[in-house]
Amino acid sequence: MIPAAFDYAKASSVDEALDLLAADGSRALAGGHSILPLLKLRLAHADRLVDIGGLAELKGVAAHDGGLRIGALTTYRELLDSALVSQGYPLLAEATDRIADLQVRNRGTVGGGVAHADPASDMAGILLALDAAFVLRSRGGTRTVASRDFFRGAFTTALAPGELLTEIVLPPLPAGAGTAYAVQEQAASGYPIAGVAAVVRRSAGGCDHVAVGVNGVADAAYRAAATEATLRGTAGDAAAIAAAAARVAEGVRVQGDIHAPAEYRAHLVSVMAGRALERAIARSA
Amino acid sequence: MTVTIGAPLRRKEDPRFLTGTAHYVDDITLPGMAHAAVLRSPYAHANIRSIDTSRAVAMPGVLGVFTGTDFMEYNPLPMAWPAGGSAGLQNNVNTPRILATDSVKWTGEGVAAVVAETREQAFDALEAIHVEWEPLPAVVDAEQATQPGAPQLHENAPNNVVFTWTVGDRDGTDRAFAEAEVIVRQRLVNQRLIPNPMEVRGDVGRYDPASGEYTIWMSSQTPHIQRLLLAAFVMGVPEHKIRVIAPDVGGGFGAKIYCYADYAMVLGLSKKLAGRPVKWVETRRESYGSTTHGRDHITYLEVAAKRDGEVTGLRVKTYANLGGRLSTIGPGIPTTLYGRLLAGPYRFPNVWCEVVGVYTNTTFVDAYRGAGRPEATYVLERAMDLLADELGIDPAEIRRRNFLPPDAFPYRNPSGLGRAPNGAEILIDSGNYEPALDKALAIAGYERLDEAKAEARGRDKYLGAGLSTYLEVCGVAPSKWIGAVGEGWGAAMWESANIRVHLTGKIVLTIGTSSHGQGHETTMAQIVAGELGVPVEDVIVQHSDTQGTPFGYGTYGSRSAAVGGTAAQLAAGKVKEKAKRLAAHLLEASPDDIVYESGKLYVRGSPDRAKTIQEIAFAIDLGFDLPAGMEPYLDETAYYDAPNCTFPFGTHVAIVEVDEGTGAVDLVRYIAVDDVGNRINPLIVEGQIHGGIAQGVGQALWEGAVYGENGALLSGSMLDYALPRASWLPDLELDQTVTPSPTNPLGVKGVGETGTIASTPAVVNAVVDALSPLGIRHIDMPLTPARVWAAMQQAKG
Amino acid sequence: MRRSVALTVNGQARTVEVEPRTMLVQALRDGLGLTGTHVGCDTSQCGACTVLMDGMAVKSCTVLAVQADGSAVTTIEGMAHDGELHPLQDAFWENHGLQCGFCTPGMIMTAADLLAGNPDPTDTEIRHALEGNFCRCTGYQNIVKSIRAAAEQMRAASVGGGGQAS
Repeated sequence: MIPAAFDYAKASSVDEALDLLAADGSRALAGGHSILPLLKLRLAHADRLVDIGGLAELKGVAAHDGGLRIGALTTYRELLDSALVSQGYPLLAEATDRIADLQVRNRGTVGGGVAHADPASDMAGILLALDAAFVLRSRGGTRTVASRDFFRGAFTTALAPGELLTEIVLPPLPAGAGTAYAVQEQAASGYPIAGVAAVVRRSAGGCDHVAVGVNGVADAAYRAAATEATLRGTAGDAAAIAAAAARVAEGVRVQGDIHAPAEYRAHLVSVMAGRALERAIARSA
Repeated sequence: MTVTIGAPLRRKEDPRFLTGTAHYVDDITLPGMAHAAVLRSPYAHANIRSIDTSRAVAMPGVLGVFTGTDFMEYNPLPMAWPAGGSAGLQNNVNTPRILATDSVKWTGEGVAAVVAETREQAFDALEAIHVEWEPLPAVVDAEQATQPGAPQLHENAPNNVVFTWTVGDRDGTDRAFAEAEVIVRQRLVNQRLIPNPMEVRGDVGRYDPASGEYTIWMSSQTPHIQRLLLAAFVMGVPEHKIRVIAPDVGGGFGAKIYCYADYAMVLGLSKKLAGRPVKWVETRRESYGSTTHGRDHITYLEVAAKRDGEVTGLRVKTYANLGGRLSTIGPGIPTTLYGRLLAGPYRFPNVWCEVVGVYTNTTFVDAYRGAGRPEATYVLERAMDLLADELGIDPAEIRRRNFLPPDAFPYRNPSGLGRAPNGAEILIDSGNYEPALDKALAIAGYERLDEAKAEARGRDKYLGAGLSTYLEVCGVAPSKWIGAVGEGWGAAMWESANIRVHLTGKIVLTIGTSSHGQGHETTMAQIVAGELGVPVEDVIVQHSDTQGTPFGYGTYGSRSAAVGGTAAQLAAGKVKEKAKRLAAHLLEASPDDIVYESGKLYVRGSPDRAKTIQEIAFAIDLGFDLPAGMEPYLDETAYYDAPNCTFPFGTHVAIVEVDEGTGAVDLVRYIAVDDVGNRINPLIVEGQIHGGIAQGVGQALWEGAVYGENGALLSGSMLDYALPRASWLPDLELDQTVTPSPTNPLGVKGVGETGTIASTPAVVNAVVDALSPLGIRHIDMPLTPARVWAAMQQAKG
Repeated sequence: MRRSVALTVNGQARTVEVEPRTMLVQALRDGLGLTGTHVGCDTSQCGACTVLMDGMAVKSCTVLAVQADGSAVTTIEGMAHDGELHPLQDAFWENHGLQCGFCTPGMIMTAADLLAGNPDPTDTEIRHALEGNFCRCTGYQNIVKSIRAAAEQMRAASVGGGGQAS
């Protein structure tokens, strides 16, 4: 398939990118793996693509305040190659290796995926569980939005027109927390039908940190508040996990499609939640 | 002497594929070439009120915009295999035109074509065409389409019935059921598949105004047949005015056998453009609607048996979905290639099969790898497991009890393979089914599966094993049978081969079959090199260009080795005979005293005075000194019409684990013991089996075309139609038994489809076996996690 | 609207005129005549179009040619040197790792990326690396075998080469 014609501009600085993106019909182009397939199928249109792929300032992973700053243009491959990620955020490493395929991980960017906000996106659920924050820049300035306030709906985020996601900020993992990502993918696309990312710390007094991000289930990735509340304070035993996992879809409208009817998906996400929680707790020191 | 036949040689054709220098259709660029794109129906069923092309015509680069009425000089496409039989009627109608004129019958039917300077411009202009549609209600399910009140597709087909075809002995089967000690029944859905060769279809067409000749490069399995069909049925142009070339073809799996509308379209467009070549290549999404689909049966199955497991009758009623219009051999697939094979390797005294071919608002359906035989094998192998379950007999044991014994051959099966009014007869020629079963069970550790099942339960998994003891028929023949059996099949079934030994010494074999991944350039060379005793490197194989190769029926139905390979061998035999005659002349001996050995000819007892085949060819080609009556040039052609089909068989065993929590199925092990007769190139044979198994497993677990009720193809791209991936498949464990086919001198049977035919029921049987502790006895394919989970929920109550 | 894109393709500096919407695969095929890189789908699934871009395997149907400006691109045509096949090409040949050949260039380019970072992959790792490459003919078995064999040969060659150098 061939996209309809569009104009192209390559930004040499973030400011220039923001100027270019201020025009109607302009869309940011990073790795291209979200926008280009849609343009090819003529399901999306753009008057102009603003290529931000050359902006070195938006690339790379760096330690920051005990956590990490991940440039929005950092590719999945760069995440996998980063010792900071594999040592500090095994959840991110584990999950990133399952995103799409080798070639797409070479090109696809973390920020591109986040901004695209496919409700199935693995990264969305993981960043939610990690309490990530997103740095958004516009010509008016910079603001930071917590991940739990960012994903608003299918392909809809807190990004305002003309605003660019520049950085993902990860706070430090709570000391001793265990993490896990459990996912089942739709066979054809490889996108998750249900993915659950869990960050749990179990100490002597029980589970005192519980963060659960869910993708693939509702019209947007979300934090499973009921699951978190149910597990918090418990010993993290099998019964507590089961009780918590059973509530993972509480308060959301579970989606159905030809691959996974809503009834199945609702069941599946609870199984994934149970598995993610169990593994995360087992890994919690 | 060089071993050729039976040697696992690496392929002669591979270097061009490995270095990116092969030429598929889309790699061809001709001077002045224009590009076509087709506007396709967004509706499954609609009348076309009007088409406004005026904006599109004015778009940049557009050379012309055409609709169906611009191609009325061409006939509707031919349908060459009307199912005959008891109630066969009105089935050689309702085929597609080049572009739809009055109405569309499925989502994706072509309605207008743009031809432009560039492909981009052609695509842009498609969006500027305005069609005024009158949407009509649609039906996509074959059984529902026959019910009162269903939307009607064609006035000449009440209740959307294309035909009702039957085979077997109705009264005998009814009696068997009346007397049966046990009967099992099951409704089975053999879901619709999208073939998905990795290369989509496409053509480059060129009309030469000076000569009036047409040349078309197409991604096809059957270049000679396409020339014939285009000439005689579609375009009304003499055959010699059309040249069809199938260049390198990126897989076919049946989908590239047929006569498609785009062939005449690109040639017609080239003519309209005064001879500018025109290229059209479908996109993958377009392909999902415009290239044929496969399977799509709904079957009601009944088996009658005695309590000891002996089968006494098989009764089958199948609704076969043929799509919105008929494809080239669509009706032949669910009839002759299905119903006549339903008895399989078992001794069924009575079989009755009724097939209702049905129009629906879906893409047309035709052969897909296996073509009717996978559907039959699925019915039968599920039937054996259902019966085993009903009687509490092990699935291996029930098969063993019902196998045709080794002394049963030649065997006339009860589901109608044999009889033709003109005396032609198809008998199952050979077989020895138990050794393959034993071998497969031993490799699988079938006796120890209970331990494995118990171990899996400890991991919250259900483990199961499934068998498929299939019998295939391939190398379909002879022409006398296929032409006369009442099917009205519009083609013969022989093959051809020509060998020329050039003055410069190379042996050039041209063939009528059309390799598209099967490795004919190697296999056929091995046959000829083996026969002539020369190095394989000295035999060059050319194919798939109607100019320069002898007429042949193409490559499908696992026929190329058995029929085409035999033709090559016979041509080599003729070469040898002529060479002997010349050697006798030169060496002053009688031809009977000439020994042909390892590419050399000599008078018996005098090997020191030998002449090589190349020396002999040189002498014949020059013709300076020929015996009286001998024509110059060493150039021999053989046409081979096989006396019978071939019958590969074997046992496949699948071992699966089902995740209790998610319903996800993991194929843990896969064992295949196949008897495909002699193997010309074991490397290629095993590759065919691997690929076939992957496709069959794909049907069992992942693949399926899904239509919405309005006729929209919901699985409309690779994002929603799941093709098997590397990480989903285990290392396949292959073994063999060898029962050479007595039908042809090579002793070969055919291997292109066995894997696909055998593997689908093996995997489904394994999943059902795994879940049998829950009382589950059947789940319809594909066995996706969602379906398996739903079945488990239902079983648990 | 046409733009000039400068690439180093298989070691040679090349310039190609494209529209902004032209994908890298079309620039290679139509612009530079390198038709060994194929298009198999519309949705970035099949991997037939895989090339190396600055050493990394990418799906060239989902990269704009203008995005590749200034990059070094290796296609299947650039894998053999002086008539000698790359070990991957050789291994695919020896192990019957191809049938129709359409997916083969993409398979080889993806495998090249895998082996660059992991010279001794397990079968599981090979199969995981092929997640984005579809083959409809081989059932992948001989592709996996070919990549394993190539890895072995490349390791042996690098050990041998190192031995000679020291």
